Amino acid sequence: MIVVELVKMLRRPRTWVTIGMLNALPTLVAVLLALTDLGPRPGTGPAFLSAVLTDGTLFPLAALAIVLPFLLPIAVAVFSGDAIAGEAAAGTLRYMVIRPVGRTTLLVAKLVSVIAFVLLAVLVVAATAYVMGTLLLGDQTGATTSVSGTSLSATQISGRTALSIGYVVLSMLGVAAIALFLSTVTDSSLGAALGALGVLVASSLLFTLDAAAALQPYLPTRYWLSFVDLFRDPILWRDVVRGVVLQGVYVAVFLGASWANFTTKDITS
Amino acid sequence: MIHTRSLTKRYGPVLAVDSVDLDVRKGDIYGFLGANGSGKTTTVRMLLGLVLATSGGIELLGRPIPGAAREVLPQVGSLVEGPAAYGHLSGRANLSLFDAMGVGGRRRTRQQRIDEVLEQVGLTEVGRRPVKAYSLGMRQRLGLAAALLRSPRLLVLDEPTNGLDPQGIREIRELLLQLHATGTTVFLSSHLLAEVEQLCTRVGVLDRGRLVLQEELAVLQAPTGRTFVRTPDPDRAQALLDGRVESRDGRQLLVRGTDAAQINAQLVAAGVRVDELGPERRTLEQVVLEATEQAPVGSSRP
Repeated sequence: MIVVELVKMLRRPRTWVTIGMLNALPTLVAVLLALTDLGPRPGTGPAFLSAVLTDGTLFPLAALAIVLPFLLPIAVAVFSGDAIAGEAAAGTLRYMVIRPVGRTTLLVAKLVSVIAFVLLAVLVVAATAYVMGTLLLGDQTGATTSVSGTSLSATQISGRTALSIGYVVLSMLGVAAIALFLSTVTDSSLGAALGALGVLVASSLLFTLDAAAALQPYLPTRYWLSFVDLFRDPILWRDVVRGVVLQGVYVAVFLGASWANFTTKDITS
Repeated sequence: MIHTRSLTKRYGPVLAVDSVDLDVRKGDIYGFLGANGSGKTTTVRMLLGLVLATSGGIELLGRPIPGAAREVLPQVGSLVEGPAAYGHLSGRANLSLFDAMGVGGRRRTRQQRIDEVLEQVGLTEVGRRPVKAYSLGMRQRLGLAAALLRSPRLLVLDEPTNGLDPQGIREIRELLLQLHATGTTVFLSSHLLAEVEQLCTRVGVLDRGRLVLQEELAVLQAPTGRTFVRTPDPDRAQALLDGRVESRDGRQLLVRGTDAAQINAQLVAAGVRVDELGPERRTLEQVVLEATEQAPVGSSRP
C-alpha cells in the first residue's frame, strides 16, 4: 500500500509543479544576487544570504531559509490536507477502504507519502540551490566561514547541512500532522489545507507578540529557523533540541488524533 | 451470503436504517429496492464496513463485518454510489493501482486480469486513455471492471446501470447473468423496478429505513387466483360470468378462478368475442406499491 501511495504521489503532475514552484523563488534570488551583487547586510534578511555572495556552496542553506517560513509549509499543508479529504472528494476513498485497505494502513501510507514528498522537495531545493549557487555565485574552495565567524571544513559543512535538512523535514512533519488530522475531519482538501495554514499564521503572529510570551515556547513555528544554530561554532544545541521535542509532540498528538478519528469514522463520501 | 440481524443506523435523531434483517442466499440475484433516501446506500455501506452500524450484526460470506473485513472483502466486488477513479491516469493504470491496494491482488496475474475485465465490460479500446476523457457510461463500466478484478464470489452493486444508454444497460444485464451462471451471487441495489424485474430472483424492499418485503420474485409474481379477460363485449361477458367477475375496468374484467381455458370455452360458446385472456399476475410495481403504501416509489423506465 505504501508503494501504491508513493507511485500515486510521484505520478501526479501536481507534485512536480509544486516542487518546480518551490525552486523558482531561490533560483530567482540567486539570479538577482549574481546580477546585482547586492546582498543583504550581515544580520539582516534570510539567514546565510549575506554569506552566499562570497561562497555559493552555502546557497542551499539560504534557499532552505527562503522557502521554510512560507512556501514550504504551504506546499506541505496542501499535500497533507489533500491526503484523505482529496480521496474522499474524488470518491476513491470508499473504494480503497472496501478493497480492503485497513484504515490504519491507509493513514500510514498517506503519511509516508507526505514525508517522502517533503524529503523530495527539500532535497530538490537544496540540490538545485547548490547548482545555482556554485554556477552563479562562485565556489569558494577551502574552508567556509561559520555563522560565528570561525571556519568550517567541507566535511563539517556537509554533515551539518544533512542535519539541517533532517531538522527542516521534521518541522514540516508538524505541519503535515496538523493538516492530516484536519483532512480526516473534513471532506474538503481546501478546508484542511487552509485550516493548517491558519494555525501557522496564528502561530507566526503570536510569535511576534510580547503579550503572548508565555505561549511562545509551545508555538509550532517557534523553532523552525533554529537550524541556523547548527552552523554556529560550537553548535548551539539548545533550540534545536527544543525544536525536535516540540515537533515530536505535535506530530504524536495530531497523528494520534487523526488515527482515532479516521478509524472510527463513517465514510459517507 | 449476506445476513443481517436487526441492522440499525441512526444519524442523530434520524433513523436511517431500522432493524433490517437481510437474507441473501448463495446463487441469488437479489434486487434491493427502495426510493431515494430510503436507506439503501447506507445499508450497502454498512455491509462493506464503510459505515459502522449503530446496532445489529452483519455477516458477509459467513463472517462478521466489520471484524473480518480483511478476509471477506477481497472476495467481494462492489460498486458504491457511482464509480470513482483518478482522472489523470488511464483506465488500465487505475485498475492496476486499485488491484495493488490492500490484500488479495496477485501481481503476477494482474495484467492478465485487467485485460480480462476490460474486455468483459467492453473498455478494451479505451483502456489507455486518461479517465478524465471518459463519458459517464465509460466510468461506470470502469467501476464494474474494478469490482470484477478479483473474480469475486459476491457482487454488491449500487445502481450499476446509472448513466448507461439502453444498449449499455443490456450489455451489463447480460454480463451479470453470465457471471451469475458461473456461480457469482449478485446483490443489486436499485430504484429501477424494470431492471430488477428483468434480472432478479429475489427482492427486498426498503421503505423509510425498514425492510417491508423480502421474497422470491416468482412467489411475488405467482398467479393471483384470478383470470383477466379483455373483450369487446364486456357487458355480455359480465352477464354470462355473473357473480364471478370481481372488477371491471373498461373492456377488461377480472374473473375469479384460475382455469382460463374453461372461462374461454364458456365465453366463446355463448358467442362472446375474446381479445385476450390469461391468469392474472401482479407486476413488481404493484407489489412494491402495496408494500410501501405510498405514492410511486420510483420510475419504471426501461
